[in-house]
Amino acid sequence: MDFERFIFYVFAAILIFAAARVITVRNPVHAALHLVLAFFTCSALWLLLEAEFLAITLVLVYVGAVMVLFLFVVMMLDINTSPLREGFIRYLPLGLGVAALIVMEMYLVVRARNFGVDSVTIPARHPEGYSNVREIGSVLYTDYVYPFEIASVILLVAIIAAIALTMRKRPETKSQNPAEQVAVKARDRVRVVEMKAEEKQ
Amino acid sequence: MIALSDYLILAAILFGLSVAGIFLNRKNVIILLMAIELMLLAVNINFIAFSYFLGDIAGQVFVFFILTVAAAEAAIGLAILVVLFRNRQTINVQDLDTLKG
Repeated sequence: MDFERFIFYVFAAILIFAAARVITVRNPVHAALHLVLAFFTCSALWLLLEAEFLAITLVLVYVGAVMVLFLFVVMMLDINTSPLREGFIRYLPLGLGVAALIVMEMYLVVRARNFGVDSVTIPARHPEGYSNVREIGSVLYTDYVYPFEIASVILLVAIIAAIALTMRKRPETKSQNPAEQVAVKARDRVRVVEMKAEEKQ
Repeated sequence: MIALSDYLILAAILFGLSVAGIFLNRKNVIILLMAIELMLLAVNINFIAFSYFLGDIAGQVFVFFILTVAAAEAAIGLAILVVLFRNRQTINVQDLDTLKG
């Protein structure tokens, strides 16, 4: 067993362990942290597949942004997890059965006889100085430029939707309205009253 | 050397685990969202493995778009979750029966 294979098996074992912990652990915070571990391990596997740009993107975008968002929400909501765990044991055989069935079916399709060493040649490693980022960029900005623009629009829609969903006006909070403050005239605030001088008594 | 089938089987196991997670945690919306993220990760492993072994960069571009859409989905899903919790004080899927479905 060469070193690369050893690395692959170690990371695969960690990935499966982390995924199993995500779905079985009781505390949602622990589940989120195990999901972070799964993403890290997966990015290492992607490095093994020479997808350096996407591996770094996975760490930056998923671990850095999405999982922090998950943790933020999990910690912000005051969740009582015990009623949410009802039926865990009851559905355990069903869930594991369906999962085992899916894995078995997929194994029969993708096993080594179909996609193994014999049928698919393992490509040679890229030479030194090869840039994965340059490769992706040259395709992304030419052939896939319209999907790229659409992706940016999707992100914009997501930003607006997330803000529009969660923003709320509370009636009890006090706030200033700068437009009204600027528009105010002196005569709205000050009333000049003319009256005769009165003698001192 | 590592064959393509090794990566595909790893992704299949990951996908099966997340399907099991949806069955097991069918009341907790947060864990359901995490299971969906795991599913997308399994699919991305397949894409990248095929991209490497077939020598086609298009698979990686597709993973890039999947990552974008998944990030948008997570943001909107969590926003819906926050609004849900604010209105109902629960994230139990069984209590969400307003539509009488």
